[in-house]
Amino acid sequence: MNKQSFSGTGQLIRFYLKADRIRITAWILSLMALTSVTAWSLDGLYSSDAERQAMATTMENPAMTAMVGPAYGIENYHTGAMTAHQMLLFTAILVAVMAILHVSRHTRGDEEDGKMEMLGALPVGRLASLTASMSVMVMSQVILALGIAVSLAVLSIPSLPVSSSILYGAALGATGIFFGTLTAVFAQLADSARGTTGLSFLVLGAAYMIRAAGDVNNDTLSWFSPLGWPLKTQVFVDDKWMPLIPLLAGAVVLTLVAFSVMASRDIGTGLIPSRPGRNHARKSLLSPFGLTMHLQKTSIITWGVALLAIGLSYGSVIGDLETFFSSSELLSGAVDQSSGFSLTEQFISMLMSIMSMIAAVPALLFLFKLKGEEKKGRTETVYARAVSRYTLFGSYFLVALIFGTVMMLLAIFGLWSAAAATMEDPISFGSLAKAGLVYVPAIWVMIGFGALLYGFKPGLTGLAWVYLGYAFFAVYLGGLLQFPEWVNRLSPFGFIPEVPMEEINVLTLVLLVLTAGLLAALGFTTYRNRDLAG
Amino acid sequence: MTILQVKGVTKRFGNFKALSGVDFNINKGEVFGFIGPNGAGKSTTIKILLGILKPTSGSATIFGLDAWKNSVEIHKKIAYVPGDANLWPNLTGGEVIDLFLKLRGSFDPVKRDQLIKRFQLDPTKKCRTYSKGNRQKVALVSAFASDAELFILDEPTSGLDPLMEKVFQDCVAEAKQEGKSVLLSSHILSEVERLCDRVGIIRQGTIIETGSLTELRHLTRTNLIAETKKPMPALANMPGVHNLQSVDNGVSFQVDTETMDAVMKLISSAGVIRLESTPPTLEDLFMRHYETKGSDAV
Repeated sequence: MNKQSFSGTGQLIRFYLKADRIRITAWILSLMALTSVTAWSLDGLYSSDAERQAMATTMENPAMTAMVGPAYGIENYHTGAMTAHQMLLFTAILVAVMAILHVSRHTRGDEEDGKMEMLGALPVGRLASLTASMSVMVMSQVILALGIAVSLAVLSIPSLPVSSSILYGAALGATGIFFGTLTAVFAQLADSARGTTGLSFLVLGAAYMIRAAGDVNNDTLSWFSPLGWPLKTQVFVDDKWMPLIPLLAGAVVLTLVAFSVMASRDIGTGLIPSRPGRNHARKSLLSPFGLTMHLQKTSIITWGVALLAIGLSYGSVIGDLETFFSSSELLSGAVDQSSGFSLTEQFISMLMSIMSMIAAVPALLFLFKLKGEEKKGRTETVYARAVSRYTLFGSYFLVALIFGTVMMLLAIFGLWSAAAATMEDPISFGSLAKAGLVYVPAIWVMIGFGALLYGFKPGLTGLAWVYLGYAFFAVYLGGLLQFPEWVNRLSPFGFIPEVPMEEINVLTLVLLVLTAGLLAALGFTTYRNRDLAG
Repeated sequence: MTILQVKGVTKRFGNFKALSGVDFNINKGEVFGFIGPNGAGKSTTIKILLGILKPTSGSATIFGLDAWKNSVEIHKKIAYVPGDANLWPNLTGGEVIDLFLKLRGSFDPVKRDQLIKRFQLDPTKKCRTYSKGNRQKVALVSAFASDAELFILDEPTSGLDPLMEKVFQDCVAEAKQEGKSVLLSSHILSEVERLCDRVGIIRQGTIIETGSLTELRHLTRTNLIAETKKPMPALANMPGVHNLQSVDNGVSFQVDTETMDAVMKLISSAGVIRLESTPPTLEDLFMRHYETKGSDAV
């Protein structure tokens, strides 16, 4: 490493800043807005101490701790404590993602595209591009830290003082820098941008899991996770700066490692070579359905985990609902007090309808994957073989139907397991499953509608999202704002009986399934008879 | 025996008329070259033949079956190579080849491995890492390893190096020997000239010329360079002589096939020292169509 290795760094920094100005600004502004809006709405939502304490009881359970980290300052759960508890970890993950993507793009990504080779031919030092991309990463994290601090301080909420807001921002920035430098090391080891981000996300995921286990069981384990450190600051409660030291010290060590590997290796190679793949395809791939499954595998698993987590998080608070509702006037208006059913029971059906709409999102995505395939010209190559339009479209439709339903099941299972763990008198799985599975026909109607839109014209698929958004709006706000019944009846979710308060109406469900079938049949016919883009 | 027939096929995209009355056919065992510049309608025609696009009017039949209605039945016996093979980035080349072969029907695994070797493809790499030429090889291997009766090749050699282009040409020649038919759409006129029995030229959505190369050459001019003892002033005024230029000690010009006899008599009466003649290449033919007819179209 001599001085020449770094020549041209200044110009490259300016170039990267220019190339990424919009991306970086967008990330920073959205994270600032997210932080500010959340803190502000938490402050507005729980206006009295009693309400905040009720919320504290709801949040203080192992499931919540595993998800968002330990609750500090629970005895005086003011807006600051609430913001740090509910937002810090998730924001830290987002910041880490931002840093990982940034560093990976400008290190291994540029190398893979051959841009590094072009730069190398110019009078630019061997280490210049790594130095430049790291500098830009650190700069953007520092700006982010300051921006977050400002976005909290301007709210001038008493429990969010300026000094603590700065610590909150610094904790996020330090996490970002740590994961940015980690990615720089992986960029030296892996030989593709995908491998680099893959390894980095793997560590991020592992850090989250280790912290979850540590926070729930014993404190020391969390000290081994880089995501545990920002939480240890106990920002807005005890304001400790010390836990940021391991983050920054780690970043320095990782930077040195990255530089020493970069200085000695060939451009285009990695220390971990990518393994050769299969010469022959497995049998399970060799059919249109097998291909569809293979292409969506990762997305199915990711959504499955997400739906399970959503179920778990709703389940972990359900036990404390009674206390919570009685303390909030706004929310208690949403449920009928005189029906003879408990608040929990009344709430379950609403939860189920929301979860079913969330489950409809991956279901539609699985179906619309075919649209992406058509756009990229890959359906043409399939149809050039002896594959009919019905077979391929049918495969995507089937994946959407099956896994849309599986998503709902996972959410119900998550809800049940967390509820069973936290409630004294848990609800049986059977009754939860009944309340949830009645929504499956509504999910299928959404899939049928999606099939019709895509079959007719790929450009129309956006309407499915609009319709789902409307359904969500009608149920979510309809209860709170007492909308007339027909508003809800315009969406398939509005026809579903609210189990356990209502009896299951088999005829309605059958009619919904028939509607789904009819819409899909129309979609299949129009798809068979239209031109394909590729 | 005609195995592929396109009759009066017109295709409109909204107001844009991509094809207007395309006519041609391919006989069994024939290699048919389909040439024309970008945007002339080659790929649109091929997509209609594959049943990806529906013709606005006219008919396209392969093996006597309608290309739109019976596409699946037809595809069991055809192999297709697109000009730009779009593959799945997270599957390996080998996996894609197996998938394509399996989705079509039966195939010969030994031939598959031989072709992979001949095209020097590493099938264990993910398609994401392949260059354009390597993606093209994946499509070519899965086409030639099949037992298809008709090959539809849409600019199949784009991105291939000259060595691989040679392998491709051998594959086409072998397929022809086995009595298979080929529709080869291409920009590379030397390739078409070498491989094809008949050629169709498409311009602005219409076939403007079809026939064997000999037939087409008959319609065009021969290049001549002549050095004679006496000068030939009469040459300049002879009908059918074009682009007359003097070159070192002689003249070079082009002559229409019909007036060849008269021109030869004139040259020999002037005392021949040197006479070189080159038959028109497909390129000359192609350029002539596009230069003359292209200008009056504007």
